[in-house]
Amino acid sequence: MGTASVESVLEVNDLKTVFHTQDGTVHAVNGVSFALNAGELLAVVGESGSGKSVTMMSLLQLLPSPPADIVSGTVDFGGANLLELTPAEIRQFRGARIGFIFQDPMTSLNPVFTVGFQIMEPLREHMGMSKRAARDRAIELLELVGIPSASERLNDYPHQFSGGMRQRVMIAIALACDPQVLIADEPTTALDVTVQAQILELIRDLRQKLGMGIIWITHDLGVAAGIADRVIVMYGGFIVEHAPVDELFHNPRHPYTMALLHTLPGHDGGEASRLRSIGGQPPDLIQPPLSCPFAPRCAHAFERCGRENPPLRALRDAHDVACWWDTDKGEEWS
Amino acid sequence: MTTIAETGGDTAAGAPLVQVQDLEMYFPIYKGVLRRQVGSVRAVDGLSFDIRRGETLGLVGESGCGKSTCGRALLRLYEVTGGRITFEGRDIAELAGNALRDMRPRMQMIFQDPQACLNPRMTVGSIISEPLDEHHVATGEEKRQRVRELLEAVGMNPEFANRYPHEFSGGQRQRIGIARALALAPDFIVCDEPIAALDVSIQAQVVNLLQDLQEKLGLTYLFISHDLSMIRHIADRVAVMYLGKIVELAPVEELFNAPKHPYTKALLSAVPVPDPAVEAKRERIILTGDVPNPANPPAGCRFCTRCPDAIDRCSVEEPVWRNLGPAKGSNGTVEDHFVACHRVE
Ligand SMILES: Nc1ncnc2c1ncn2[C@@H]1O[C@H](COP(=O)(O)OP(=O)(O)OP(=O)(O)O)[C@@H](O)[C@H]1O
Ligand SMILES: Nc1ncnc2c1ncn2[C@@H]1O[C@H](COP(=O)(O)OP(=O)(O)OP(=O)(O)O)[C@@H](O)[C@H]1O
Ligand code: SF4
Ligand SMILES: [Mg+2]
Ligand SMILES: [Mg+2]
Repeated sequence: MGTASVESVLEVNDLKTVFHTQDGTVHAVNGVSFALNAGELLAVVGESGSGKSVTMMSLLQLLPSPPADIVSGTVDFGGANLLELTPAEIRQFRGARIGFIFQDPMTSLNPVFTVGFQIMEPLREHMGMSKRAARDRAIELLELVGIPSASERLNDYPHQFSGGMRQRVMIAIALACDPQVLIADEPTTALDVTVQAQILELIRDLRQKLGMGIIWITHDLGVAAGIADRVIVMYGGFIVEHAPVDELFHNPRHPYTMALLHTLPGHDGGEASRLRSIGGQPPDLIQPPLSCPFAPRCAHAFERCGRENPPLRALRDAHDVACWWDTDKGEEWS
Repeated sequence: MTTIAETGGDTAAGAPLVQVQDLEMYFPIYKGVLRRQVGSVRAVDGLSFDIRRGETLGLVGESGCGKSTCGRALLRLYEVTGGRITFEGRDIAELAGNALRDMRPRMQMIFQDPQACLNPRMTVGSIISEPLDEHHVATGEEKRQRVRELLEAVGMNPEFANRYPHEFSGGQRQRIGIARALALAPDFIVCDEPIAALDVSIQAQVVNLLQDLQEKLGLTYLFISHDLSMIRHIADRVAVMYLGKIVELAPVEELFNAPKHPYTKALLSAVPVPDPAVEAKRERIILTGDVPNPANPPAGCRFCTRCPDAIDRCSVEEPVWRNLGPAKGSNGTVEDHFVACHRVE
């Protein structure tokens, strides 16, 4: 999938990130490659702990090093390799041309500054706005994300907002400078479905108007089905499947993706008394990734899976999978 | 401390464990250099409901409508502005000293922001065992064993006990918070968005665990979630909140099959479905109109500024909380269906 098309705005190649810990080296991201096109929405789904956040934080040099160590990779954005920029240079990109919504709104908002200040700061720094103009824009942004009586709430501190309101403040901050690329890490986990629908509308709108390319990490497959153009599935620090959204939901090819879709509770009734989960434990990332990470839990695993890591290979147009099993033929891939 | 096995049993099942009457929680708003109080955010504004022993009461509603505030108030994490909360018939506001200390471990909370309550300087093992130390429940090898069991129960590797919270992903941290809340085997747990950051498989694992514990120990849950398909799966009854008030309360299948309040209807129409073909042609009831400010709620029905069914009377007169009569509850029981709306017959 590394093929660069003319319109790709962000291109990641062979990204590897590890953490050096007392217990050994944690192999969190094991050679991830993907490209994002202008105006498209790429959803990233996958198991908790599979490396979704670490991948995106690596791109923007947001991980403290040590313990994090980006051992290989390039990230092409507007002709620059983001991984080679100095801290001062990357700061010019973050929050300006690339907006980032962190997974955890409480620790990423600063508790000692007002919400208004935190939205206005990037506007003043990156867009050179006056205080007045930044204030007006901050109110407009808060209204866009559905915060009632926005102008009266600029002087509130984060703890005075509900969980979902804090998450929407994060979204407002990320959108403040009309970024070319938006990276959103579980941005709607704290939102009820009506507010979520409103945010998804807003995002659709911005994609069309500004041609913003969006990476949307989510565990909510319903959300992914509703807004994504393409979907990446991660497991154990690898991309194990990548496909256009319809294809992924209707014709999944990786055993993990199939198992994941199988665990969805029936959306037309809560009849089943127990929910299905995938048996077994997630991979221990301290082990170097020399075999298929899903093998111990996989229904199809055979000898080769435990000895060799399957590369991501193209199945058909824009559909890639990393698996030794050929689901179509029901035999080992050759 | 009596165990649940002693007080539980069939006779007590179904009796109210928690009773809430006219609960109010207002947060003051200060303005100006002198920080004078100019008003208050009416986060929770007159809630009355019961939670039966052994049941799961789902609590849903728009972001900012007061769900977390309600949950925290039940555990006495706030000094409430008004109203009364009783636990096993005892007013929790009047508990003090030993009585309060005995009660605390029986009521726990899984917080919406797990990160905020995980001390970054403590290992995962000590975070989970802290409540065991505080209440002198277990020490030494027994304690270590308990921590291992709890980690396994939430689907995590027991070897992780020596690591620190920042070494974990968002969903892993959420599970550490769950393990901690379960450590003392409480009777009542307020679960505030307990599975929001988890992938579907681990959500299933955690929800199955909560249900197993409920079956075995008769636990009672207030389950706050915006995930309506999960609410449908886990809840016995569901309360729907809008701007500080409960607008509808009904047995779960009744609420999903025959919602009465226009806000509930709008909420149910917006549930995303994991099928791109369905998503592409679905019809949502999109709520228009300004979201009101909880410091200055609209007169009459609080939903009137956005309600598709509103009539003149709605912006003048507050609808009363009415019992529509019995509906089919879970496990063949019969439960009442309550609603507050002028347009419901
Ligand atoms: N500072 C760290 N030290 C050691 N290991 C770490 C550190 N930060 C993350 N990890 C590990 O890296 C792996 C990937 O974490 P990441 O946060 O990317 O997961 P994720 O896919 O975003 O999961 P979630 O859906 O739960 O947010 C996890 O197994 C985590 O335990
Ligand atoms: N400490 C506080 N000071 C002032 N206002 C507060 C405080 N805590 C909450 N509020 C306000 O009370 C209202 C209800 O907040 P609450 O956190 O209960 O909402 P919620 O229903 O849990 O929302 P969410 O689904 O977004 O978590 C919000 O308007 C919020 O801004
Ligand atoms: S490579 Fe083997 S173990 Fe891995 S997912 Fe495919 S079949 Fe299963
Ligand atoms: Mg994450
Ligand atoms: Mg909340």
